[in-house]
Amino acid sequence: MQGLIEFIEISLTGLGMGGLYALTGVAFVLIYKATRVINLAIGEMLMVGAYLFFGLAAGLALPWWLAILFALAGGGLLGLLLERAVIRPMLGENPISVFMVTIGLGSILVGLVELIWTADPRRLPQFLPDEPIFLGPVFVFPEPFWSFVIAAAVIGVFVLLFRYWRGGVALRATALDQGAAYAMGINVPRVYALAWMLAGMIAAGAGMLLGSIAGLSPALALFGLTVLVVVIVGGLDSVPGVLLAGILIGWIESLAGSYLGGEYEHLVTFALLLVVLLVRPWGLFGTPEVERL
Amino acid sequence: MQHLEVRELSLAFGGVQALRKVSIDAARGGITAVIGPNGAGKTSLFNAISGFYRPQAGSVWLDGEDISALKPPRRAALGLARTFQNIALFRGMTVLDNIKLGAHVRTRTGLLSALWYLGPARNEEIRIREEIERRVIDFLEIDHIRRQPVASLPYGLQKRVELARALAMQPKVLMLDEPVAGMNREEKEDMARFILDVREQWDVTVLMVEHDMGMVMDICDHVHVLNFGEVIAAGKPAEVQADPEVIRAYLGAGDAETLRRRIRGEAGAA
Amino acid sequence: MRIGSPKQSYAADEALFRTPTQWTWFGILLVSLALYPFMADQYWLYLACLISINIISATGLNILTGYTGQVSLGQAAFMGVGAYTVAWLDTHTGAPFFVNLLAGAGMATVAGVIFGLPSLRVKGLYLAIATIAASFILQFVFINWESVTRGMRGMNIDPPQVMGTALADPDQFYWLVVPIMVVMVLGAANLFRTRIGRAFIAIRDRDISASVLGIHLPTYKLMSFAIASFYAGMAGGLWAYFFGAINPESFPLLMSIFLLAAIIVGGMGTILGGILGAIFMTLTPEALRYGVDLLSPFIEDASVILSPVRTMVFGLLIVGFLLFEPHGLAEIWRRVRRFFHLWPFRN
Ligand SMILES: Nc1ncnc2c1ncn2[C@@H]1O[C@H](COP(=O)(O)OP(=O)(O)OP(=O)(O)O)[C@@H](O)[C@H]1O
Ligand SMILES: [Mg+2]
Repeated sequence: MQGLIEFIEISLTGLGMGGLYALTGVAFVLIYKATRVINLAIGEMLMVGAYLFFGLAAGLALPWWLAILFALAGGGLLGLLLERAVIRPMLGENPISVFMVTIGLGSILVGLVELIWTADPRRLPQFLPDEPIFLGPVFVFPEPFWSFVIAAAVIGVFVLLFRYWRGGVALRATALDQGAAYAMGINVPRVYALAWMLAGMIAAGAGMLLGSIAGLSPALALFGLTVLVVVIVGGLDSVPGVLLAGILIGWIESLAGSYLGGEYEHLVTFALLLVVLLVRPWGLFGTPEVERL
Repeated sequence: MQHLEVRELSLAFGGVQALRKVSIDAARGGITAVIGPNGAGKTSLFNAISGFYRPQAGSVWLDGEDISALKPPRRAALGLARTFQNIALFRGMTVLDNIKLGAHVRTRTGLLSALWYLGPARNEEIRIREEIERRVIDFLEIDHIRRQPVASLPYGLQKRVELARALAMQPKVLMLDEPVAGMNREEKEDMARFILDVREQWDVTVLMVEHDMGMVMDICDHVHVLNFGEVIAAGKPAEVQADPEVIRAYLGAGDAETLRRRIRGEAGAA
Repeated sequence: MRIGSPKQSYAADEALFRTPTQWTWFGILLVSLALYPFMADQYWLYLACLISINIISATGLNILTGYTGQVSLGQAAFMGVGAYTVAWLDTHTGAPFFVNLLAGAGMATVAGVIFGLPSLRVKGLYLAIATIAASFILQFVFINWESVTRGMRGMNIDPPQVMGTALADPDQFYWLVVPIMVVMVLGAANLFRTRIGRAFIAIRDRDISASVLGIHLPTYKLMSFAIASFYAGMAGGLWAYFFGAINPESFPLLMSIFLLAAIIVGGMGTILGGILGAIFMTLTPEALRYGVDLLSPFIEDASVILSPVRTMVFGLLIVGFLLFEPHGLAEIWRRVRRFFHLWPFRN
């Protein structure tokens, strides 16, 4: 009985992380679908969001809700800036070059953050409710619980946006067929910018949530690597795939971490990644790439 | 015996049936053409013969041997060479290196001797270089561009380098996918002459896809007509040209005389 | 363009250095490498050794990524395999150093081939991510296989012995590492004069047509992984001997990115690029440190900003080169040379 409760508690904590994986994964897929860029800097964008919040809330002592709004705006701006200054000039280049550019961007962002805030770990100001939560006999840590709830809500909002909002429809049209989108009068460069901006905002939001669970340090950027695993397992171009894979990997990681030891968390994820790449490289729900001669 | 034989090949991509029980053959030492309107499945047929597409049914025979189960590199090693409709040269290499790459299947140098460029590696490199210079580069009159990067060449020359690369394989069967598409008259005549000379001097069987009916009439011995993935006619060029079903395939619907002229490749036809 | 002398034969035309001028430059280079230790102090010799190690590893990565088009972020981890093998053999067997180095490179080759297996199924970005996974898994092994690697405590390695003398200091180690580097770079250059090198480039440029032209992709992709990780293992073994101590943090993912940056900055797919990139990227942090030292009278805690500035400059170099000079320093070098060749006649 005790074992079962423990298992459920561990699983629920895992779901909390899984929600964040799914949320960040959505940001990643958004960029990928619209611009076909594999953005390795997603983890760094997320970290910058968390530090912006820290700077505004702790440094400038703004009220937490205002700091969150500004940090989200900052994340969006960062996305816009990256798209405009670096990604757009690289359009049409070999995808591998673009991918390596994002590695460089990640490095720049880490350097900037360390320059401003140093590499020392920090504590984010508390903004999630911190009363412990009991679901029957099962205890859940408040931060993962609330971040799961928030992540789920945000994802829900975005799914609705994609479906009904004009910009969302333009995004989906561009993702489906760029040429046709152009022909229909969709401003494709604007869609690119939009995708990067929204992704920047989502990443910043995820960063704040993650920061309040895991504490704040430049190492937060490593979260991006796990997100990479999530999107590959789910399928680079599939939102449902990424949601499922995010939850799944959060759960598996939490189990591995608790039952095998913390050092196994990443080992298990990356081993899973290798298996997926060997067996089903396009992921659970992705579309296989077809090559022509 | 036929040199290359395709038996009842069927190939589908999802819902698109690209090939339906296609049977064609190429006589040893001959020049055989596959013609057909756009999207008829000609390139798909070539890809299936090369082994790049895996057909759902049917078989491919080379020299009386069933090669259907072999992977593309094995088929190349057995003497199946080709050029591509959308030029597939290696853009990071010079003309000479592209052609040398064709000789890959005939060479053996291993890693260790390659790293030190010792005896065997060196001898082999020099041997194929000499052979390529003499038999391919001189023959196709491309000696002036051998050191140029292929990306800088005009289209017509790129097509010629592709032919050179295929010849460097010393193939038994040479497959050409639209060798003169997009060329001007002079370039076309050169290419037609090269193909005829290849047959004379290289002892190969040529199988080609071509839209230019003038060229097909002039140099081919035998023609297969493909439409919507099916062989609708086969025979001597003149017979095929007169076949009403072929005319209909090319026409869809329209004025038969223009079409007849177009099939003959006469002036004014696009 | 200069008018080349008429080629005597195809053999001469296929040579690594085709003109007397090229031979002369190569000779001058070798002589300067031999004279260098007599002019430089320990610090500059230390840098020369470090650069040589990085050249070996970057050249290996260049073969895999620059020439074969298989992006790898695992090069540092394969260096780690080489380094740990050397360290283990050094402490447990006392075999001569060159045996250890070869064994280290061999073990790295095995690891490289195993982790190269995903390249048979996936390519491009997927492969890059698979190599990140490889690098995490190897890191895990370094940390947790305590009986062999001594975990986080790391391992110590005695300097290599040559006829009774220990090559402990950079001025002695130089004579070990530089010849190995020269031989391995020449090996790489030779490779691309042969069918194997051409097959690699063909796979990079258009893998499916390469396959239709008779190149067995699995063989050549794995061969490229094998060569790259052999170079990595050799570099890692030398690294272990040079620094005398290794631990799991000696070969982080960041080092793989560093090596990737080196070939981007130097020029992917040219031998010269790997060399120039490794030199440039090794010297950049030193230059930055020098710059920060200069600033220290004016800024308090100037040394604290060194590490972040380095990280940032590192990223800026990758982004800047990819955006503005995608063929790297090697291309700049070519332009400079052309300029001087044409010099009196340019318009
Ligand atoms: N890899 C593929 N995936 C899906 N459909 C394909 C693929 N390759 C070919 N097809 C389809 O198969 C059909 C035949 O195409 P194919 O390229 O063989 O025609 P073709 O006769 O060579 O035409 P063209 O004269 O234009 O070159 C077309 O409908 C094409 O869209
Ligand atoms: Mg075609």
